This record gives sequence, structure tokens and C-alpha cells, in this order.
Amino acid sequence: MARVTELLVNGSTRRIDADPDRTLLSVLRDDLDLTGTKFGCGEGQCAACTVLVDGVATRSCLTRVGTVAGKRITTIEGLAAAGALHPVQQAFLDHDAMQCGYCTPGMILGAVSLLGRNPNPSDAEIVSGMNGHICRCGTYPRVVAAIREAARKGGRA
Amino acid sequence: MITRRDFFAMVGGGIVVLIAEDDLLAQETGGRLRGRNTMPEEVSAWLHVGENGAVTGYTGKVEIGQNARTSLTLAIAEELRAPVASVTMVMGDTALTPFDQGTVGSQTTPRMWPQMRRAAAEAREMLLDLAAKKWSVDRLSLKIAEGRVSAGERSAGFGELTRGEKLTRTIPANVALTPAAEWKVAGTSLRKLNGREIVTGAHKYPYDATRPGMLWAKVLYPAQFGATLRSLDSAAAGAMPGVKVVHDGDFVAVAAPAPEVAEKALAALKAEWNPVTVEVDSRNVYDYFKRNARDAATNPALVPYHIAYIAHVPLEPRAAVAEWRDGKLAVWTGTQRPFGVRGELAQYFGIGEEDVHVIMPDMGSGYGGKHQGDAALEAARIAKALGKPVKRNWTRQEEMTWAYFRPGGLIEVAGTTAPDGTVTGWEFHNYNSGPSGLVSPYAFSSRKEEYHGVRSPLRQGSYRGLAATANHFVRESYMDELAHSIGMDPLAFRLKNAKEERLRNVIVAAAGKFGWKGRKKTPGHGFGIAAGFEKGSYVATCAEVSVDPASGATKVLRAVIAFECGAIVNPDHLRNQVEGAVAQGIGGALFEQIDFAAGRITNNRLARYRVPRFADMPVIESVLLDRKDIPSAGAGETPIVGIAPAIGNAIFDAAGKRIRRMPLQA
Ligand code: FES
Ligand code: FES
Repeated sequence: MARVTELLVNGSTRRIDADPDRTLLSVLRDDLDLTGTKFGCGEGQCAACTVLVDGVATRSCLTRVGTVAGKRITTIEGLAAAGALHPVQQAFLDHDAMQCGYCTPGMILGAVSLLGRNPNPSDAEIVSGMNGHICRCGTYPRVVAAIREAARKGGRA
Repeated sequence: MITRRDFFAMVGGGIVVLIAEDDLLAQETGGRLRGRNTMPEEVSAWLHVGENGAVTGYTGKVEIGQNARTSLTLAIAEELRAPVASVTMVMGDTALTPFDQGTVGSQTTPRMWPQMRRAAAEAREMLLDLAAKKWSVDRLSLKIAEGRVSAGERSAGFGELTRGEKLTRTIPANVALTPAAEWKVAGTSLRKLNGREIVTGAHKYPYDATRPGMLWAKVLYPAQFGATLRSLDSAAAGAMPGVKVVHDGDFVAVAAPAPEVAEKALAALKAEWNPVTVEVDSRNVYDYFKRNARDAATNPALVPYHIAYIAHVPLEPRAAVAEWRDGKLAVWTGTQRPFGVRGELAQYFGIGEEDVHVIMPDMGSGYGGKHQGDAALEAARIAKALGKPVKRNWTRQEEMTWAYFRPGGLIEVAGTTAPDGTVTGWEFHNYNSGPSGLVSPYAFSSRKEEYHGVRSPLRQGSYRGLAATANHFVRESYMDELAHSIGMDPLAFRLKNAKEERLRNVIVAAAGKFGWKGRKKTPGHGFGIAAGFEKGSYVATCAEVSVDPASGATKVLRAVIAFECGAIVNPDHLRNQVEGAVAQGIGGALFEQIDFAAGRITNNRLARYRVPRFADMPVIESVLLDRKDIPSAGAGETPIVGIAPAIGNAIFDAAGKRIRRMPLQA
């Protein structure tokens, strides 16, 4: 397969030169310095590496970069349009829904994706929709509260 | 050691307050010292008010998610009467901050927090002195608030007062502080200070650190713990473009300009290891503990409990970047002990500590699991061998194999009780898991409580709450066993034996909020209570569980935690710690355990090692008791100790089955 030379990230076309078998996570972090996307496990278990691909939460550690060429990729760095926080980011801040914050970028993008498919989720739907994300600090109740509030305020943005 | 001159060269003019380690300076000098020129070695913190009014606190403590950065900022803002936004904390940088033992044992709040307050209180007095002199007014007529000093019509910002000054004061750690009852900023729920950098992904964690021209490194680990290298064929790896191989005894590493190349090079190494024979595994380790302990107990009445080894699983694995320049080493790494890592590195390379600079960016947590500099040492060794900066990020599997674990243990307990519930005899032996929380906070008239060290088959170290979790699990489970043996309510039984007022308060508060007395038993549901004390804080936990009669699967439905750690520094962050401790504690209580056999960890990945997730969370309610008359203690650890026994006791209540092991799996 041919090398990947362009990636559509956060609304702009970024020139890269990557083996198509590399993980999207590594290309974002190590080639484009978009380190807001986190490595937590590399095995699809923690969702710290979540990005949006065409608006859908995707684990970048399990995604070959060759499969997302030409697709719209949004990382946590691209979520705050022109400096104004996305309602989900704001809700995480307002609820202090973090401790070390290492899971937070992935959680936020997971929540944005969830609200995209279900703008008004019940608590049970938030729990099942977010259950793939690990927060080892245990901020789960706060994350649920933040997502509930973002939904109430129309977190779709 | 930084001198006064260096310090002002670094920060510009203004005023600096140095805080001497508790008592040391006072003993040395018999009182207050002023205008000393060199920073004494015993300095534990310092504070700078710059010529622009910016306030900076310097501490060797680190931020790992426990929100010390926020609480220390509150301390300074409170005593200095400065706006929170004008205060910055510089933390865990061995070139900029005073020596510190490490961010361990919940010591930041009881020790560093008052020191920062004292430094700020002294700086406040210095600012008042400056204003009094400047305006030739009586000091008592001055007011200080919101970053300004004023006298009638006149008013000046801190920056105006410190301009052109180069003042230092070194003070012993006993200047007067604002009493908790009069706090205005401390004691409020300030949000996490760098929250915006976190929700936008801008914050750089140790895993994200880079240096220009750096190489990515991978280390080849042995096939078993303790195995030595028999042969190595690195020709294929070494032939890959850009790849360098480092081979030094049993240490083998590869480095390359791109991470995926380093990974391929690692896979291309062909190594043979001399096998080791290991008989201890995660099933027979409890017998091993008893057999290998000195002075093992012999009382036949003792009941054994098993505590599994568990992993910390900080979401950010160990990571480091190392760079050598002119024989000096700089390392960016995630650790709870930057000065400890500095010492490790200096010793390993035979250089002075002043030639090692450890920088610790706020990291993706530790829970007691990141005390050593493993990744830093690897990066520094490879960087030295190759003459280039080297980045060494551990994978999840490496983190779950080559880090250290919370100790497993065997705990044996026996006790007797009078018909009225008074515990009349108590014998408790902990093998290997550790002595923290060994001593019961109940008023037992006769007791024998012993810790027996054993050589652990796995590398082990501290963990949130240390052995207090295991010791509380067994003690509180067995208290339940005793209560049931005489048909007494578990709450009444505890209150019968709890004499300390603070312990009784949390038990009563938790039971009250939980509705213990009015609880209604339904089939498959159960209720449990547990209480304890550790590191200056008291906790009581009530839990409600459901147990599936067929599978035995347990779900925690509700948990109420009453917690008292003296005067509350930041109520919302305290609540966050309590909730987080309960969430994490559910993992150790119900499903976490490290499996090992033949010198290997057999479940060293998250697909095989289950940690708590959203769906595992009960409704968590916390009752925070604010004791303004008691100095603040740390809160990152102790709230974890009550959840496992509360769940175990609730399972017994639901299913009539006493599970004497952690995790609570029959
Ligand atoms: S890093 Fe991708 S799921 Fe954990
Ligand atoms: S806040 Fe630390 S892992 Fe979620």
C-alpha cells in the first residue's frame, strides 16, 4: 500500500509521510505533535486515545493511518473552535470532572460523539455509551454529571 | 545549592521568603533569622513576590492528580491576601525547587501546606513593613487585601512595593497562621487550576515530552523475572536504517529516530535467556508467606485471609526523556519522587546530584506506584551510550510487568467477645502485605498485632493507603464475624468498641446518612459497614450490594462515606478524592488481582486485568466532617480503606457467605 502523505486534521490538510500500517495515534502524536491524544494501553481497552473520525469516536491506537486518509479527523486540540470551549469541555471544567486529567481528552471526545448520536441521553445511556473509557482516578460520577449538563445545554455544538 | 544571588538572578528582584524544615532552624539559631545570604540546606519551600506583583511558590512536591497545585495555591492566596490568579506554583523541578522526600504518604497537606501558608504569612508581613516604610505610616493603620496594601487614600499593588527590592527572610516554620475559622479563600472549592490546559489537550505530560534530535528507545526485557541473557543476535536489528543497539550485560536496548522503527528493531532482536525455576505462583503464594515468615503465629484459632497482589495501572505509563550535555544529565519524567530519582541517577552514573536535573511535569497519576526512576534510568543509560537525547515510554504491558505491585499478603486473625459486644481478645498477624493500619483504632483491652516481613516473590512497593487497605479489610470483616457470632448489629458492635470521639463521629455520620437503622432487607441485597483510621484521617463506609444467587456476581449499588481529615482545605476536591478512592477501591475489592506463575505475569494487559469502569460505579454519597479545630490532614489515601470491608460485609449480609479474600471472589 502506498505511503500516506496527507491527513485532514482539525480542519486543515497536514502533510505527512507515513507507512499506512502505522497507528493513527502515533502519527498524530509523534509526527504532528498533537499530544492531547493519549496513549493509555495500545490495546483498545481504555479509550484514552479517542479521536473523532467523521464525527464518530474512534480508538486511534487500533486505527491504521492508511484507513483514515481523506477522512475528517478531530483531535482534542481541534475541538475548541477559535478559542471558545466546546460545551462538553466547558462542562468538564465546571464539574471538575478530572483529577490527573490523563483520560479527559478521550472522555470529552467520547462524550461529543455520544451526544452526536443521542443528544439527550439518560444516565444509563451515558454509562453504557462511555463504558469503554477508563478513568483510573475514578472521576466517573463527575464525568456523568458533566455529560448530563452538556446535554442539557445542547452539547452538540 | 542555590545561593541568594543565583536566586534573584533567576527570578529578578522582589522579596523571597525561605521556610526552614520544621524545627531544624529553630534549634540551630534559637529563633528568627533574617537576611541570611545563603539558602540553608534545610529549606523546604520558598516563595517569591516579584516586581510585577506575581507570586510564585516553590516546592519539591508534585502534582499527580491529587490537586496539590490547587491546594497550595489556596494556601498562598489565603495568607498573602493575594488574588488566586496572581499565584503560580513551581513544583518538582530539582533545579528550581527545594529538596523534598517525595509526594508520598498524604504528607503534602499536613506538612507542605502549612509551610506554604507560613511563607505567605511572612511575605505578607514583609509587604506591610515595606508599605509602612514607604509611606512613613504606622504599620497598624495598613490594610492588605486582594493583592494590594492600603492606608487611607494611599494604596499600592504588591509589585509597586517590591520594585527595586532584593529582600530575603529565612524563617523557622512556626510563624502565626490565620485560624481555619477565619479563612476566606482556603476552605473554598477552587477548581483545578490548569483545567483548561487539560480539557484542550494542551498540557504536556511526561509521556508527551520531546527533545530536538531525540531517538525513541525500546528495551528488551527477559522472558522471566531474574533471567539472565545467554545469547544475543542483534545483526538484523542493527542493520535497519537509523537503528542503534545498546548492549551492556543483561541490558539490551534499541533506539531509532522514529518510534515504529524502534518497535520493529526490538522485534528483530534474537535473544536466548537462561531459564529460572520459580515455584511460587499467585495460587500458592499464601502458603509461601506463612512458610517463609520469621516467628509465624501458631494459635490454632487464627482465621486466614488472602490479599492478592494488584497493579496500580496509572493511566499514563512510566515515561522519560533523557539528555546529556557536558557530562550533565537532564531528565523529564513522571515520578512521585523527583529528588529520589535524581539520587538514583547520580549514584548509578557516579556523578554529583548537582549534575542531574529532574523535571517532573504534572503527570497522569501514580497512586504510590511511581516512586522509582525506572524509565528515567533506562533513557539515561541509552542516551549516554548513543550521545543523543532519548525518549523511553513504557507500554501498558511493560508497566504491568516491570513496575512494582501492591503487596499480596496473608493475614490471620482471631478474637473473642463478651456477650455485651466488648472485644476481650484480639490477635492479628500480617504476612508481607505491610504494617500500615495494623493497629486497630478500637479500644481493645488485650491485643497482639504483628507484621511479619517475607521476601516477596514479586517486586512490590507502596500503593494508595499502603497496607491499610488490607489490614482494614481483614479487621473490619472480622469485626463483622464477631458481631454475628453473638447476634449483635454490626453498627452497635462497632460503637461498643469505638472510644475515640473522631472515630465515633464518622461511624455515626455514615450510618445516619445511609439510613442504617431503617434499612430493609430484600432477597439478594445486603448492607455492610466498616470504619477506620489512617494518616490522621477517619473514615466510615456503608455499602449496599446485590448478589446474583446463581453466579454470585456482586454489584455495589450505593456507598456512603463519612470522612474527617481536620479542617477542610478544598471541599470539592476533597469530595473528588473520596469518590475517586471509592471507585478505585471497588477494583481491589471485587476483581483486581495480578496472576503470576513461573516468573511471569500472566495477565499484564487491560483485556485480562479488569479495572473499575462507569458501569461498576455505585451511587456514591460523601459526608465531609469539617473540623476547623484540627490541623488539616491528607485525604488522597485513607478514604480507600473502608470500601472493601463494607462490600464484603454486605455480601455476607446478602448471601450468608463470608469471603475471606480480596478480591472478594468466592
Ligand atoms: S490507548 Fe487506545 S484504547 Fe487505550
Ligand atoms: S483523571 Fe486520572 S485517569 Fe481520569
